[in-house]
Order: sequence, then C-alpha cells, then structure tokens
Amino acid sequence: MARIITMRQALQEAFLHLMEEDPRVIMLGEDIAGGEGSPGSQDAWGGDMGLTKGLQPRFGKSRVMDTPISESAIIGTAVGAATCGLRPIAELMFVDFMGVCFDQIMNQAAKFRYMFGGRAETPVVIRTQIGAGYRGAAQHSQCLYPLFTHIPGIKCVIPSSAYDAKGLMIEAVHDNDPVIFFEHKFLYDSARDDVPEEAYTIPFGEASIVREGGDVTIVALARMVHVAREAASVLEREGISCEIIDPRTISPLDEDTILESVAKTGRLVVVDEAYPRCNVGKDIAALVAQQGFADLRAPVEVVSPPHTPVPFAPELEDAFIPDAAKVADAVRRVAGWQRGGGK
Amino acid sequence: MTVEEGSIHAITVPKWGMTMEGGQVTTWHVEEGGPVTAGQEVLDIETSKIAGSVEAKVSGVLRRQVARPGQALPVGALLGVVADLSVPDAAVDEFVAGFVTESVDETAESGGPATKSVELAGGKLNYTVQGEGGETVVLVHGFGGDLNNWLFNTAALAAEHTVYALDLPGHGASAKSLDDASMDSLAAAVAEFVSKVVSGRVHLVGHSLGGGICQLVAQRQPDLVASLTLIAPVGLGPEIHGGYLQAFIAAKNRRELKAAVTELFHDQSVVTGRMVDDILRYKRILGVEQALGRLAAANFPQGGQALLLAPGTEALGIPVGLIWGREDKIVPASHAAALPSARLLLLDGAGHMPMMEQAKAVNEAILGWIGPARSVS
Repeated sequence: MARIITMRQALQEAFLHLMEEDPRVIMLGEDIAGGEGSPGSQDAWGGDMGLTKGLQPRFGKSRVMDTPISESAIIGTAVGAATCGLRPIAELMFVDFMGVCFDQIMNQAAKFRYMFGGRAETPVVIRTQIGAGYRGAAQHSQCLYPLFTHIPGIKCVIPSSAYDAKGLMIEAVHDNDPVIFFEHKFLYDSARDDVPEEAYTIPFGEASIVREGGDVTIVALARMVHVAREAASVLEREGISCEIIDPRTISPLDEDTILESVAKTGRLVVVDEAYPRCNVGKDIAALVAQQGFADLRAPVEVVSPPHTPVPFAPELEDAFIPDAAKVADAVRRVAGWQRGGGK
Repeated sequence: MTVEEGSIHAITVPKWGMTMEGGQVTTWHVEEGGPVTAGQEVLDIETSKIAGSVEAKVSGVLRRQVARPGQALPVGALLGVVADLSVPDAAVDEFVAGFVTESVDETAESGGPATKSVELAGGKLNYTVQGEGGETVVLVHGFGGDLNNWLFNTAALAAEHTVYALDLPGHGASAKSLDDASMDSLAAAVAEFVSKVVSGRVHLVGHSLGGGICQLVAQRQPDLVASLTLIAPVGLGPEIHGGYLQAFIAAKNRRELKAAVTELFHDQSVVTGRMVDDILRYKRILGVEQALGRLAAANFPQGGQALLLAPGTEALGIPVGLIWGREDKIVPASHAAALPSARLLLLDGAGHMPMMEQAKAVNEAILGWIGPARSVS
C-alpha cells in the first residue's frame, strides 16, 4: 500500500510534474544538465546531486539551462524571467554561495511586489542545499535560512520528509512570490517515506505534527526532525512523551500549531541546526515566551550548534551538529525543571 | 470461553487492517486483578488511523497490565495477561518475561493482502482481496472515503469469505478524474469491476454513497448480486447533511477537516490527528477537490438527495440487510423505514460510521446475513 520513496525521488517527481504541467516553468543552474559548452556527454550530471538528470533531454535546452559559474547570473536571470511571466526554478548549489547574489534576492525579488503597488509578481523558486555532516568544510555546510527568514517578501521552505518535499515544491512553483527552497543534503537519500504517485500540494504556513505526545513539545526543522524522533524514542522508554512539530515553512510560520502544542505540554525544546545567534530556534522561543508565557511550566531550551563556523575536522564536525543525546538531555532538563529547584 | 484452569492467555496488540503496524495504549478499562469476560472491552488503543478497543477473547482475571498508557507497541506485542487465580504470580511473571512477539506481518508471510489494480473504462481502479473460499463479498466505501474505511471489518469477514474492498473512482489510490460523477457512472464502474475481477454472484456491502451505488448495481445487473448489505446508505430518503459535504470539500486544513470529520462519529474521540492528516493527504492530491465537488453536485444537489432508490431495491427479491447508527448526523436512520422488508440492525453508540464504531456488531450481522458458504471452492 505504502509507496516508500526517497526525498530525491520525490523532488524528481515534482520537477517532472511541474515541467509537464506548465510550459512557463523553466530550470536553470550550474550543471543542472551538465556538459553544456563542452564536447562529450550532455546531461552528464543532472545537478550537483543528480536531481535534475534527464530533464534537459526531455524538455530541451530552452527550458533546462546550464549556466556559467555565476550566482549573480543565475539569480538575476531567474528573477528577471519571473517578473516577465515565466516561473523559473533556479538551482543555487549551496546556500553558502548566496552572498554573491544576495542583493538580487534581498533588495530586488523580495521588494518588487511592495515597491510597485502590488502589481509586480516574482514567482521564482530558488533551490539550495543546506546542512553539515558531509565533510564539506565551513563554506559548504551551513544552514543559513535565518538570513532569509529575516527578510519580508521571501517565503522559506525547509522540508524534512519525501512527502513534504514533493508537495511543498509543487506549491512553491504555484506560488506567486519568491520562494527559497532549502534542501538538506543529508536527507536526499535518508528521508524515505510514503508518497502518493499523483501530484499534490501542501500549503505554506502549516506545520506538520510529526509525532503526538503530552509532556514536552519539540520543534525541529529538516534533518533535526529525524534527530528529534530518535530522541523521542529514547525518552518514551523513560516515560517522557514528546510531541514533535515540524514547521515545514519558516516564512510563513505556523505559530498556532506551536502555541497550541505548548498550551498542552507546557514545555518547549527547539532544535535548530543553524548557528545559535538570531536563528529560527530563538525566534520560536521568543514567540512562545511572548504569546505562550502563561502555559510554560519550564524555561524554553534551544538546542543548536556552537557559535562557530562548521569545523572541517570530522570529530569536531560531528560534535558540532546537534544529536539525539543533546536533544534528549534538553528534554529531560525541561521535563524535570522545578521553580526554585534549579535544574 | 473461559480461560482453561491453570493456563495463561495473552492479550496482544491486534492488527486492524492491513496498514496497521502498531498502536498506542490510551486507557485500561479493567484494573489489574479485576475479572474480565470474553468479548469485554479491556483497553483502548490508538492507531495511526483510528482509536479502538481491544476485547478479551477469554474470561478470567486480568492478572497483569503489561502495557502502560502512552506506550507505543507493534502488532502482536503483549498488552496484558489473563489467567485464573489458580495460576501462581511467579508463573504469570515468567510468562510475561518469556513472551516473544511473533511476527504477524501478513505481507511477509503470505504475500497478500496486497493492493491490486485493474484498468476499467474510466481508468485505474485500486482494490484489495483477503481471505479465500466461502462467498464473495465486495465492500464499497462512501463519499470521500477509501478501502481503509473497512479496516475493522475485512479481516473478520475474510475469516469465512473472500473479501474484496475497492477504492471508488476519484478516491483512494484509484484514478482521480471523475468526468461523470453520477451514481449511475460509479455503479457502472463497480459492476464492471465485479464482472472483470470477481467470478459469480457477490454479496455487496455498501456504506453511505457506496450503499446507493450497490443498490444501483443490483437494480441494473441483478445477475451479479446475491445480497445487499447497506450501511447508512443514500437513496432511501430526500435528506442528507449537505453542510457536512460542503465542509468536507472546502476544508483546507487540519482544524477545518477535523470539525467536519467528527460529524461522522458518535464518539468524537476516535478521530485522531493521523486520521485527519490521512484524509488531508488525499484531499490535497490535485484534482480530488474538483472530483468531490462534482460528486456532491451530481448526487446531492442543493444539499438533498437526487436519487430515490428504495422502490427498486424493495422489488429486487434478494436478501437486503440494513445497518444504521442511531446517532447518524449525515443520513438519518429514519430512512430505514423506506425498505420495510429489509432486515434492520439499529445500533446505539454509532454515528454515520457504524462499521468503525461498532465493528463487532456489524461484522457479526454481515456474517450472519450472508450465512455459511453455499459452495466451497
């Protein structure tokens, strides 16, 4: 009954559906086919992670374009094409490279709707990889989504499952605003779950309740959802029941589901793989401190890496990434916390 | 049946439906040391699909509550132990300590109840088949449902008969396009399914819209149908809860859908978050909302029923059984009066989904009405 596929396959199905559904959908990025402009094999790569392989032979070079190694060219082209009526999916290999084209996102794409009296739309989707754990060193391993969440006018999507990835990708291309679609490189093959064969959408701003529980709420994103699940299984054997909430999109953010869960549990742990200062975990902690204060029975815990660039040394990189043991410790602290009793 | 003197009986996590892998214990209804009688509801379990009660298979004393509320366990895991008082505590403890959860993964053991599909004129139709021999039973779900609506029924019926459950066109894993959403067209698809996939006359069991469809199949092609069991069917009166249909179609999120779906049940606590999420998954497939809209418009225009099938069904001359929950808010149980010659089972503590809320009574009624197999293949 169940049709278990990986997040990689789920995204490939979404691309295929979108390209067939609407001729205005185009794709561009570095090596998204591979081999352009050189002799030898075409469509050799299908993108850095092979997600777009097979699309150029099927839909042609006018809809699936290899670009030069220039982030400004990729994003500038995509944003411009979007304002002129196309629906581009631009691949910007790693979020770490966004600095090069940040003005086009932050000051152009994000602002058009607001600076042209609501008459300009920019239906562009920018796909990019996030996350540590691949020995990629400090410039290929970051989770920079808080930078984009900070900017109004951009929607930020961070799937943790194959099901969510497919539905959110189709929703992203249907959406008329700029969307940054953050794909955790660790999840392409490790996130495997039940995905319908047909096309479907998941609305933005609706959190997923990954696991129901009554004692502690854990809010987590992307790979950290899986880390939280691992922790919750351990904690269940200790008699602590965790509810896990995956916001799926952080702009817009489903505040209601988080607040309703905390109203039930009274305890919150947020797990965020992004650097700890000004990250999404802190944002959600502040939300609950402001709007859910009366429900809280313990201080909020945020589990994040230390405030340091992602280390290259494997032992240090592993220690940098929040793991189930750290999450479980945080949950035990909030579960056992008593006023005046310390921790 | 009383537990044999000196013997120990295990209460284990049951398998309700083919997709169930486990469940979470919610409440015990019997205290440790308390008496249980066969058939008594001993504890409640919540599965990914629905909450339900586990019944004792034997009478005796509940010697141990092994599973505690909140605990999630796989199918076949030990929940509790029933034994009479002659069994010493040490023996009970030894039984608990030595209990090994058997693999009850049917798909691993026997290759089936796999999902199958058949190409019909209107597109792919998805179905399952369980059991062998006996009579042939075909289960037809209602508006917005799928074959999982029968998760408490298929195994019980398949113990004696061959049981097919199908996803109607526009539903479940069947093709989602519904160009002609009339009940006639759906009945034609079911009749085509029966002719193509099943041999011989079948016992049709239809719920709600499926109950109307089954009546039409029997009226159009009486040679295909041996008996009808209609559970809260449409087609017997002018009223239907049109507001429910519209709310179900329009529901965009968990909150709206949960509000709609709880109207189906007498006991609203059976509606779990996962049940709502599963229906949302279906509703979010592109084309489904339009298909449901067409279905409602074609068959329930202006919030009433377009097709009255009672006279034709009454004239069929085959056994007809009616099952209705007294608390049905969608199709009123008073419609049962339209089929005066049908056998009627009116159930307390059930709304529009008696096959889920009162599964045991529904299964017993269907098995009784179908009777023993006339020919064993």
